This record gives sequence, C-alpha cells and structure tokens, in this order.
Amino acid sequence: MRQFLILILISISICSCTKSPTILVKTNGEQVQISDSIEKNKELEDFISPYRERIQEEMSAVLSYTPKAMFKSDAQLNTPLGNMMSDAVLEMANPIFEKRTGHKIDVVILNYGGIRSGINAGEVTTRTAYNIMPFENEVAVAELASEELKALVNYLVKNKVAHPIAGLQITLNAEGLLKEVKVNGEHIQNKSYYVATSDYLIKGGDHMEFFKKSKSVHSLDYKLRNLFIDYFKKKDTIAPKQDNRFTKLEN
Amino acid sequence: MKRSKFIKTTGAATTFTAVGGIGLLSAFQSKPFTKHLTILHTNDVHSHIDPFPENDSKYPDLGGVSRRYSYIQKVKAENPNTLILDAGDSFQGTPYFNFYGGELEFKLMSKMGYHASTIGNHEFDNGIDNIAAQLEYADFDMLNANYDLKNTILYGLVKSHQIYEVDGLTIGVFALGIELDGLVSKDLYKETKYLDPVEIAQEQIKILKQDLNCDIVICLSHLGYSYKSDKIDDLKLAAQTKDIDLIIGGHTHTFLDKPTAIENAEGKIVLVNQVGWAGINVGRIDFYFDDKELKEQKSLVMQV
Repeated sequence: MRQFLILILISISICSCTKSPTILVKTNGEQVQISDSIEKNKELEDFISPYRERIQEEMSAVLSYTPKAMFKSDAQLNTPLGNMMSDAVLEMANPIFEKRTGHKIDVVILNYGGIRSGINAGEVTTRTAYNIMPFENEVAVAELASEELKALVNYLVKNKVAHPIAGLQITLNAEGLLKEVKVNGEHIQNKSYYVATSDYLIKGGDHMEFFKKSKSVHSLDYKLRNLFIDYFKKKDTIAPKQDNRFTKLEN
Repeated sequence: MKRSKFIKTTGAATTFTAVGGIGLLSAFQSKPFTKHLTILHTNDVHSHIDPFPENDSKYPDLGGVSRRYSYIQKVKAENPNTLILDAGDSFQGTPYFNFYGGELEFKLMSKMGYHASTIGNHEFDNGIDNIAAQLEYADFDMLNANYDLKNTILYGLVKSHQIYEVDGLTIGVFALGIELDGLVSKDLYKETKYLDPVEIAQEQIKILKQDLNCDIVICLSHLGYSYKSDKIDDLKLAAQTKDIDLIIGGHTHTFLDKPTAIENAEGKIVLVNQVGWAGINVGRIDFYFDDKELKEQKSLVMQV
C-alpha cells in the first residue's frame, strides 16, 4: 500500500515538472492604428505635461519674421530656403573660422536631404530651427585641393539637386553639362579651398566622397541648429531669394 | 542577474490541463486553446511622444504614447499573458530628445510596461555614453547580440538575450543591430564592434531553442525589412535561419498591412513584422497553443 502511494506521487510530480507539453497551433497578426478613437491615459499625460510645457515655452520664442513661406521643393538647383541656410553658415561660421585659423571660408555646401522641413510665413521661432535641423550635426571646415573642389562641383552638376551652396556660381548649358564655374567670381585656381559643411557630410554622408580626401578638417564645435538660431536672432526679417548661384541655361 | 522573469503565475485552468489528460480537457470546450500569448510591438518611435499635429499632411493626429498606453492596458486586461517589445530607434526626431536626451522616452516605455527593446542606430545620436546614462531610466531589458560591447561603457548593461516565462511558456528574445560604419560616426559608437547577424543569430537560436528549450523564439531586429542588395535584412535572415518564430523589425520604417510569412531554412514559416514608425501603429501577434496530444487533430493555422 505504501509503495503504491509513493508511485502515484512520483508519477504526478514527473508529470507536472516536465516541460509543458504544449504546441503552437494558431497564429494571428494584426496592426492597430493609434488614433483619436483611443482615449489618452491620464496618468501618462500628467507625467508628460511638465516636460512638454518646458519645451513649448522655449520653442515658441520668436526670433525673426518671414513674409513668405519657403520649402526645399520651391525651385530647381537653388532655392530661397537652401540659400538662406548656406548663407547663414557662411555669415555665422566665417568669423569664428577666420579668428581661429587666419583663413576664410570659400565655399559652403550642405545637403538637400538634410533640410528636414519648410518654414511657414510669419514668426520664425526656435521651433523653426528645430524643424529644419533636428539633428545634432556640427559645422566643420574641410581644406580641399582644387581637384577635390572640382569633384565637389561635378557632384553638384551630376546630381542636379538643390543642395544648399554658397560661394560658388555654377552655370549648366541647356544639355545640363557644366558651362562655367566660379568661386567667388574667380576661376578655380591651383590652391587650397576652405569648404564649410556639416560633420555628417565630412564623414561620408550622401556619398560626398571628395571630403574623404580633405587635406585637413577643422571642427568649429558649433551645432548647425544653434547657428540657425543665432542667425535668426540677428535678423529682423528673413527674405531669401532664388539667385544665380546654380543655374541651367535655356535653349 | 535573474535569468527569467515571470509576468504571470499560472492560472487555475491551465495548471489543471498540465496534469490532466484529454478526458479532462474535453470538459473545457469553451476554452479552445490551452495557452495564449500576445505580443505587442513598436519600432522607430523616434521620440514621438505626442501625436502628430492635427494639420499634419501625412499622419494627422495619429500616434502618441498616452493613447498607446491605453491600448496596451486594454489588451493586457483581455490577456495578461502579453509581452511588449520594441525594435529600436526610440530616440531622435522631436525636441523631447534634443531637450532630455532620451530620458523621457525610456521613462515612458518603463511606465507602459515594455519588456525589452534593442539598440537602433539613432540610439547612438548623443553618443554611446548617453545610452548608458539613459539606461538608468529603463525598467526593461536592452538587448543586442551582434554588437561586441566588451570595450565600451555598455558592457554589462546590454544582454544578448532574455527569457520570459509567460503562463508556463518559455519565450526567448534576442536582438540584432545594423552595421554602424557609414551610418553612425565612430566617435559616437566608439569601440562597438559589429558582428555578422546571421552567425550570431544561429548562436542565439541554439542557446534559446536547444539549451533553454524555448517554446517561442523572437528576434528584435534593427537590420531593416528588405534591401535589393546583398545587405542583410529581415527577410534574408528569416530565410537563412531556422527556429525563429517571429522577427520584429525596424529601421526601414516599413508599413505592412499584415506580417510577412517567410519560409525558413527548414521550410517552416517565420513571421516578419514592422509597423511603420513614430508610434502610429502597434503590431499585435497572438500565439495560441494546445496540448501536444490534441495537436494530432489540428494543423497550424496562421491568420496573418
């Protein structure tokens, strides 16, 4: 009798200790959209709210004014928005670079893909700077030999995208081939050129391979977003225009 | 470190079926499956704590964590056996990240009850030291198996995999990250070494399936859904391996109407899912289990 009892106990314990003898029999997958049909959880809203208010307070500070909305798709080859950005880099970064190195920035190039939003007409706020430049990239100045500057020009000619540029005047013929290029009004000479850009592009972003052959790179330790904020603070009104820095001749 | 976490102790009905046989089970006709596991998942939320503005041209008034949390709570009320997972890039994209460096993202994921997340490329945006600093606010597991972090500050803070015990089921979760070179600058990821995702996946699967006897193996992947080139992606990973049940993907911000079913190296089905980005959607995968004895009468049904 006693033996029998032990036997039962053992068999039960084996049964309950072995891994669950379950097997997958059915799978169901769906995607649920998080829309206004779902009520907001109040506890979480209350937790977020001080963080949100602090941001809104700072973001809504009015820095400048623009009479007209601008978007990166406004025009081909060069746009008011892109021109404003590259001109801002030249204007704000050049004094710092000159003071530190004794050289002047000849050319600025940013990337079209890096313009993360347009600017609406009206007040320009800190939020505007965050919208157009949400990333933490910094201004860097690369020293390029004339061959690499020509490669930069060829990159622009080949891509025909309105990457923001300053200091260059590029004219394409009606076939889209390079007709003339000047750097601040002069033909490219056999010397070093100082090209201000973002550290993202220096490190190989957007396949700007010419930066890999830079003779030297000088980091300004100045975030592009902060540069735009400082530029907006300096200007009462922002009213950039499309101009002749990168154009294509008509037939 | 605790190897397994219990998200729910076994309920009375399921304990019963574990000891009982078919005869006993048949009394439970109203409960057609012995066990039911729900997976909720997000990817590439990119600091979208608030919904998109109502005048947004693409996603007006969609997303937002406090709505997501309500949905999570609703699902957990229906099925407490729920795991909540994220496939990386919770950082970067709104001023919440610029201001607070990811602190709020991790605090909110903790409050919502996430179990695990992985390291996306944008987690490195403020440097690897910042990931370590923000992990202080994470009550969930940060997983990655194919970054060698030995010589970095993240060593010991990130696990290659984690086991979750859910309703008596053993769920193994491991994670894979994308190659950082060319995507993130070296000064941000420092001494992080990228290892081959397929080789590492095979190692992890062996541990989870053979050594630890997992019922379900899930891979959190920040590799991307699909590339035309040879670059490794979730679809290739699914086809080249075996014993993964579900790949929860990210990085490519891919919107899928339903999970993609891929045949693995053994001819079995792997589900690959991704739900866009910015917390616009939550993915939901339900796994239903029965006792082995009952299996003869049923074939695997996939409603995806």
